[in-house]
Amino acid sequence: MAIESLHHAAAGALAGLGVGAPESGASRPFALPEPGAGPWWVALIPFLPLAASIACGLCAAFKVKTKLPAWISVAALAAAFGVAVAMFTELAGGTSITHAFRWIEFRWGSEPGQVFTANFSFYADNLSILWMLFVTGLATLIALYASEYMSHDVGTGYCRFFAAFNLFVFSMSCLVLGDNLILLFLGWEGVGLCSYLLIGYYYKKPSAVAAAKKAFIVNRIGDLGLLMGIFLTFVHFGTVEFRELFALAEPYAQAVRQGRIGDVPGIVQLIPVLLAIGAFGKSAQFPLYVWLPDAMEGPTPVSALIHAATMVTAGVYLIARTYPLFLASDIALPLVAWVGAITALLAATIGMAQFDIKRIMAYSTVSQLGYMFCGLAVLTSTGAVFHVLTHAFFKATLFLACGAVMHGFAGQLDLRKLSGVLFMPGWLIVGLAMLVGCLNLAGVPLTAGYFSKDLILAEAFITPTMAPIGWILLLTAGLTAYYTFRVFFRVFLGPKEFHPGDDHHGEAETDVKHHSEQVEHGDPHAEAVGEKAHGVGDDAHGADDAHDHHHGHDHFHPHPPGWAINGVLAVLAIASILAAGLYFVGDKGWVDGMLKASTAQQIYAADGSHRAAVFTATTGTPEAKGTFFGFDPHKAMYYVSAVVGLIGIGVAFYLHYWKRTEAERSLADNLVPRLGPIAVWAQDKWRVDELYDMVIVKPLRVISHVFHVFDKLVVDGLVNLFGLLPRLIGSALRPSQHGQLQGYAAATAAGVAFVLLVVLLLAVGAGVSS
Amino acid sequence: MMETTLLAAQTVPGVAAGAGMDLVAPMAGVTLAHYLFVSAAMFALGLVGFLVRRNLIVMFLCTELMFQAAGIAMIAFARYHLEMSGQTFVIFVLTVAAAEAALALALVVLLFRMRDSLSSEAWQELKG
Repeated sequence: MAIESLHHAAAGALAGLGVGAPESGASRPFALPEPGAGPWWVALIPFLPLAASIACGLCAAFKVKTKLPAWISVAALAAAFGVAVAMFTELAGGTSITHAFRWIEFRWGSEPGQVFTANFSFYADNLSILWMLFVTGLATLIALYASEYMSHDVGTGYCRFFAAFNLFVFSMSCLVLGDNLILLFLGWEGVGLCSYLLIGYYYKKPSAVAAAKKAFIVNRIGDLGLLMGIFLTFVHFGTVEFRELFALAEPYAQAVRQGRIGDVPGIVQLIPVLLAIGAFGKSAQFPLYVWLPDAMEGPTPVSALIHAATMVTAGVYLIARTYPLFLASDIALPLVAWVGAITALLAATIGMAQFDIKRIMAYSTVSQLGYMFCGLAVLTSTGAVFHVLTHAFFKATLFLACGAVMHGFAGQLDLRKLSGVLFMPGWLIVGLAMLVGCLNLAGVPLTAGYFSKDLILAEAFITPTMAPIGWILLLTAGLTAYYTFRVFFRVFLGPKEFHPGDDHHGEAETDVKHHSEQVEHGDPHAEAVGEKAHGVGDDAHGADDAHDHHHGHDHFHPHPPGWAINGVLAVLAIASILAAGLYFVGDKGWVDGMLKASTAQQIYAADGSHRAAVFTATTGTPEAKGTFFGFDPHKAMYYVSAVVGLIGIGVAFYLHYWKRTEAERSLADNLVPRLGPIAVWAQDKWRVDELYDMVIVKPLRVISHVFHVFDKLVVDGLVNLFGLLPRLIGSALRPSQHGQLQGYAAATAAGVAFVLLVVLLLAVGAGVSS
Repeated sequence: MMETTLLAAQTVPGVAAGAGMDLVAPMAGVTLAHYLFVSAAMFALGLVGFLVRRNLIVMFLCTELMFQAAGIAMIAFARYHLEMSGQTFVIFVLTVAAAEAALALALVVLLFRMRDSLSSEAWQELKG
């Protein structure tokens, strides 16, 4: 009740201010505009996908054998996208809260502060609507793509897939639109659950099940941090609602700006660190990134939507959403910066040495997420969010192109087994979409990825003490360009050649495990020599008798993608190209204009002192603004990062395209032995999984064995002891029931005699006393 | 209480109890104690018989013996106190005993048919 009336009051106040105009902050420097009451139909954004999810579940219950679930999903998601667009125009830069229903309200007293409120309300501002636009938009396109990609599973897993897919969009919408940390956490766990369900979609495949469990468990570690952060937030601020939280955090941010860091209590500084740990888990940052590459066991549309474009950016969203809290601490953002930079570099080096193209894309996602975190940490939320946006489009394009290849070549993902796909009949759109994605990821000038990456790089050099981050990211940019075009030159260019995978339908079958192992532990020399050069030539038919043991592949025809996959790829590729245009919209780019009206930028953008305040702990020169060898980093990066990217592409061109006549071998094979153990270690993913296995998994297993023995001996022993007691008593009393009539009679007689004796003695005693 | 009654019965002869004693004149000198002694002896015989014999019919007869011992005691007390209700009660007991005897014997016959034995040891299935 009270909240609703507040909303109405706020709506009036907002109307008076002029909705969300950044200039309104001029008179009151850091005042946040009060959110108004939003229209009810914002609730359709999460609830349409939920309805679609339920409908798909019903399809499963009624054993629908058609593509109906896909069309339901596409329609619902497209409608949700439409609502998001409508909300974007309705909002016009303002902030609104739509109250759906009262959800959690604990009251332990009549005082105003003695209440814990978390409503099912949707906080719509430019930040959350921006997220909703690309989440629902991409989900629509990818659902359309999946309608074809998953067509082999119609009647079996098709309904299950789309039910989980829609549930994911519902959870993601709750995460993004939630007006409090609890609803955000609900969405956070919901996307984690859907991720688990979809990674383990091929549940007959042991590696998929293991990957699903790994993703779920590693995410729990991060979620613990997030949960603790939420607890502490409530303990200190007494609320979990963003509207109140931002207002309460503002004085602390002001204290940081004015150099009074001592005035900020430790608990307030700890909250953003804990929230960041949650973000590291969900967004696959070091040291919790290990689940994301394994998550590629799921169907490719899932990898594209959840594990590249949307869910993994939830960590970036969390930090951007709670930016006012991060600005009230001088340890949280540097932590985020270093974790992001280490992750970016580490994942890029691993990605360089992998052979599974989907895994390369997965490591690239981890690496690019590191960029986004760095962007947030060097106070360019614009750069970070712009990179999220461009990355969502071009990485979805890349994944879907890889998925089309995987779909067409029976699950083949090894870049040594495919070559010249671009020139095969029917693969032109896939190849071109892949090229667009690669150009973006490599940061080739005038692509969207180039602009968004440069923003982050330049701001890193501008920020005092953060120049090392800039150098790491610059190096990573070169590595990224190399491994991206390594895939493109190997798989899409060069002589036409292919070896189909073992997988008939992308569905779990007995030989799938063998296939994935082969890819994982790929060794250039371990492949069977007899399998060489299948399908070489123009007919592009992989018929050869040497393939006997892969029965069913004797007459393998790669099937080029149909209209849904091609159409979606074309749309996404064009969107990736057009996204570059956003950089030129408005004064400093469209995203900058968007964020200016949200809390992700408002507080520190009011004056420049925040950057200096947070990052001058060591330099001691608050006004210092970093330069790139005396040049303005923003201008210098246009050229430097372009050159670095082109060098990376050039190296990839030389090592993987130049003089390459077959799929298996390229000039890189001459280089690898000279690198010694480095190449092997990078291919083994720096053995981080093995390290975790040794340091965490094995000791936990030992401890669990100890507890198992304790349980068997002590706990079970106690329980059994209590179970034994009645039995012991029973066996003690059992002889009295001997079944002999005379015995019973004697006992009765003895009993009566005893009673009589007692009575007699009592009578005698009574007689004596009287 | 019991002691005093017994003493009274011994010190004060039957005549003192009034005209009722004249009806049993030939048995003058037989006091309540004699009746009670017979009753107790019969009860003890019945009890011992019940405990030591295994034959179901004999055991049943022994219960009858204990029954009648109680009856005798009751009649003796009734006569001593010149109170007719005790005798009436015994008549009822006899009636019930007759019915019970019929039932019990029928049971014994059935039990015999099932085991071809009259021994009570043939029926020990309920032992623990």
